[in-house]
Amino acid sequence: MTSDDLDTVRARERAAFAAAPCRLAVCTAAGCLSSGAGAVRDALERTAADGADSPGLRIIGTGCLGLCHAGPLLRVFRAGAPDVTYAHATPDLAAAVVRQLPDGRLPDERQLPAMHPFFAHQHPVVLENAGRIDCERIEDYVAAGGYAALQQAMTEMKPDDVIREVVASGLRGRGGAGYPTGLKWSTVAKARGAGKFVVCNADEGDPGAFMDRSVLEGDPHRVIEGMAIAGFAVGAEQGYIYVRGEYPLAVSRLRVAIRQAERMDLLGQRILDTPFSFRIDVRIGAGAFVCGEETALIASIEGKRGAPRPRPPYPASFGLWGRPTLINNVETYANIPPIIRSGGAAYARLGTERSKGTKVFALAGAIVNTGLIEVPMGTSLRQIIFDIGGGIPDGRSFKAAQTGGPSGGCIPASHLDLPVDYEALAGIGSIMGSGGLIVMDDRSCMVDVARFFMEFCRDESCGKCIPCRAGTVQMHTLLMRMTTGVAAERDLTLLEQLADMVTRTSLCGLGQTAANPVVSTLRHFRDEYMAHILEHRCPAGVCRMPRAPERAS
Amino acid sequence: MSFLDMDDRLLDLAARMDLVYSPLMDVKTFPEHVDITLVEGAVANQDHLRQIATIRERTDILVAFGDCAVTGNVTALRNPLNTAGVVLRRAYGDDEAGSPGRPPRPGGTADVPALLDKVRTIRSCVRVDVYLPGCPPPADVIVDVLSDLIAGKVDGLHNRSRLG
Amino acid sequence: MSVRTLTINGQPVSATEEQTILDVAREHGIDIPTLCHFDGLSEHAGCRLCLVEIAGSPKLHAACVTPAAEGIEVTTHSDRVTAYRRQIVELLLAERNHVCSVCVANRNCELQDLAVAMNLHHVRYEPQDPQLALDASHPRFIMDPNRCVLCTRCVRVCDEIEGAHTWDVMARGRRAMIVSDLNQPWGESPSCTGCGKCVRVCPTGALFEKGATTTVRDPDFLTYLKTAREQKLWIR
Repeated sequence: MTSDDLDTVRARERAAFAAAPCRLAVCTAAGCLSSGAGAVRDALERTAADGADSPGLRIIGTGCLGLCHAGPLLRVFRAGAPDVTYAHATPDLAAAVVRQLPDGRLPDERQLPAMHPFFAHQHPVVLENAGRIDCERIEDYVAAGGYAALQQAMTEMKPDDVIREVVASGLRGRGGAGYPTGLKWSTVAKARGAGKFVVCNADEGDPGAFMDRSVLEGDPHRVIEGMAIAGFAVGAEQGYIYVRGEYPLAVSRLRVAIRQAERMDLLGQRILDTPFSFRIDVRIGAGAFVCGEETALIASIEGKRGAPRPRPPYPASFGLWGRPTLINNVETYANIPPIIRSGGAAYARLGTERSKGTKVFALAGAIVNTGLIEVPMGTSLRQIIFDIGGGIPDGRSFKAAQTGGPSGGCIPASHLDLPVDYEALAGIGSIMGSGGLIVMDDRSCMVDVARFFMEFCRDESCGKCIPCRAGTVQMHTLLMRMTTGVAAERDLTLLEQLADMVTRTSLCGLGQTAANPVVSTLRHFRDEYMAHILEHRCPAGVCRMPRAPERAS
Repeated sequence: MSFLDMDDRLLDLAARMDLVYSPLMDVKTFPEHVDITLVEGAVANQDHLRQIATIRERTDILVAFGDCAVTGNVTALRNPLNTAGVVLRRAYGDDEAGSPGRPPRPGGTADVPALLDKVRTIRSCVRVDVYLPGCPPPADVIVDVLSDLIAGKVDGLHNRSRLG
Repeated sequence: MSVRTLTINGQPVSATEEQTILDVAREHGIDIPTLCHFDGLSEHAGCRLCLVEIAGSPKLHAACVTPAAEGIEVTTHSDRVTAYRRQIVELLLAERNHVCSVCVANRNCELQDLAVAMNLHHVRYEPQDPQLALDASHPRFIMDPNRCVLCTRCVRVCDEIEGAHTWDVMARGRRAMIVSDLNQPWGESPSCTGCGKCVRVCPTGALFEKGATTTVRDPDFLTYLKTAREQKLWIR
């Protein structure tokens, strides 16, 4: 298939799309599927097949619509009418929708308000296709403008041009650290040596985070396209997507997507009849958080024990099997097609001075609208949590937001108006991270929260370096002493010293950031620690304290 | 034994201090206002726990004397077993040849104090002023440290001997 | 081969292209503590004891894997890294069951030596007291995980020098263990050649000969072996 052939396919699909005045999109991301989206889809198809069919009706399974707590979600698109979204859809409701479609009078029950604030304040770029395309049909992706960026890169641009656009976009790594993507690409492009690799890090492991899973499940071709463009730009012919083993649906959709792309010459030998070849293979992780660290991930792809190694040398010069390797996260690659399509400068108009574009967040915890959102960088936490997220349920009050997972920190109410960008979050002791955002109300004990994350790091430490392996154990022990009311003041000193030491001396990012939840809660909620230690009292009432504490002098 | 290895130097020391309490003496209660106490061994039972609290209360300078007091050492070898019950069954229960044993109850009796689940270091029970590790601490070091302590010097005494 | 000059603790030193900060420091009698490093093996960079400061860099650098680059100013014993090293040794002493007085390596142990050199007289962290069974199934040797610090010298020497790869690491974090083959008893290992190199490189009393009352320390024996093998020179 040539580039012109692809244009033909796109035109044909768009015509077919225009001819179908009505689409019913069921969210088939893992969240909605687990609350019954499969039965809803079956009911739609059964009812349509039973003769209540209206001409031009299409039923699609689509990517995450975002409002996960209200799933299964069902969205109705009709030509000339506003979209209608149903929450908590049931098979009966689905059947009623199909039957009443021809009259144009849809059932009122379970309809979300037309301008639901959850959707109104968002700005989808990475998630632009959610609801619009069937996540298992490459033709839908192509019709929505998919693979146009790859075509453009292949036919109109040189690798340097592609890198220039990525640099101009100001895109920074969405995996957490925020390293400038353009700089990384140009480093790999300049690295000498044949047989370079492009790797996609889909080992999303932070508790409460599901951004990458949603992108892979809902729009796998977008990631494939981003990787192929990256391969073209840096001179690699082989790509790997390293997906965590807990994401079977993402893996199966990726595999379907890769096969489809290969069939249309968008992957494989001589892409779109150009001299450029690029293959993608899927590698599945085995449940180790540390494999999200790039050198551990590389070791795991190589078939070795997933343990990090010291850097330098960085993967850009010495990566997979010793070859120059580009590693980016799922969301980073998903940002590439729009950057190439509309140009880096256009992309850079979104966001703040040093953090460009949008960011996908997974909202979880004590928040009304649990789910997946995408907002421009620089949106305030208050807008995210209260306007989009709907605030705190049960009339409780906001206490803290945790960003960045076990490597991140807690942000207190006094910083709610902070614009979310890399520097601002780092400035108050948290990090952007990959986009997990856990909201806590006044019933959360911050010492207990720190203990929870420390337990996570302790269990996920690979054990290679002593500070992380044994330091997390001791920090967890000290936090346990505090939450069980047997701690003394010297335990706090020990904790602070250990936090500093583990941060400064650990081998990889896991250990270097493992103490962040402790440091940030100490910074913003020190009084809670003191209440646990001096008064053997948990202000939030979470920790169970013994009546007569067995004190250690 | 290492203490006795100080040989004739013991006599010099004796001239500069009064020995007011020791397992070798007839005094049954720990006296008030003690200047220096050398604590040997770790805290293994409820009685030890009471004792160490009393000692701390009535002592100016408390020395954790030897590895057992400092780290638990051999006495703490039972700690991986986790609970007193398991320790007692292991020691007094049925033996490998199958002859029946009679493990005492972990709670103790009127005559035998209850065993703690884990042997504790002195430091984990009370504040320690001077650590004198070693198994045993060499006699020369004991002389040095005691001489300095009697002379009123407390700082920098930890480093005279080594673990093990 | 290009030669570099740099300073370590203010002292000007020269280095070849291949040398690390650790190599150069040792050449000049500057003692940077290590535990996982062993002359003749690849670097593990896991013990973090050899971390040093380089002027102008906010990070600490593991001397064993950091090239002795031109013009850098290295400080090996700042108060900060000295305190960190001490904490690391304390963490190790609290992690498993290191009871020096009943250990075959007592007075011959690199961990104990580190503690002594650092004037470590007590441990502030809570002993973890794990229950670990020792493996005495091998006819000549014993593996006691209670003394193991997971430096992986045994893993590396078995793989890189002996070529058997009997040892490896199982599980992660505090549960990580050195295991032979697929976690089989050492005595039943089909891959073990019984060469004893792992016993020779073990820094503590985790690997020792049956019936031995002490361990052997021979830090140069791999260099000797490699020189003999590669250059046919049997020199110490």
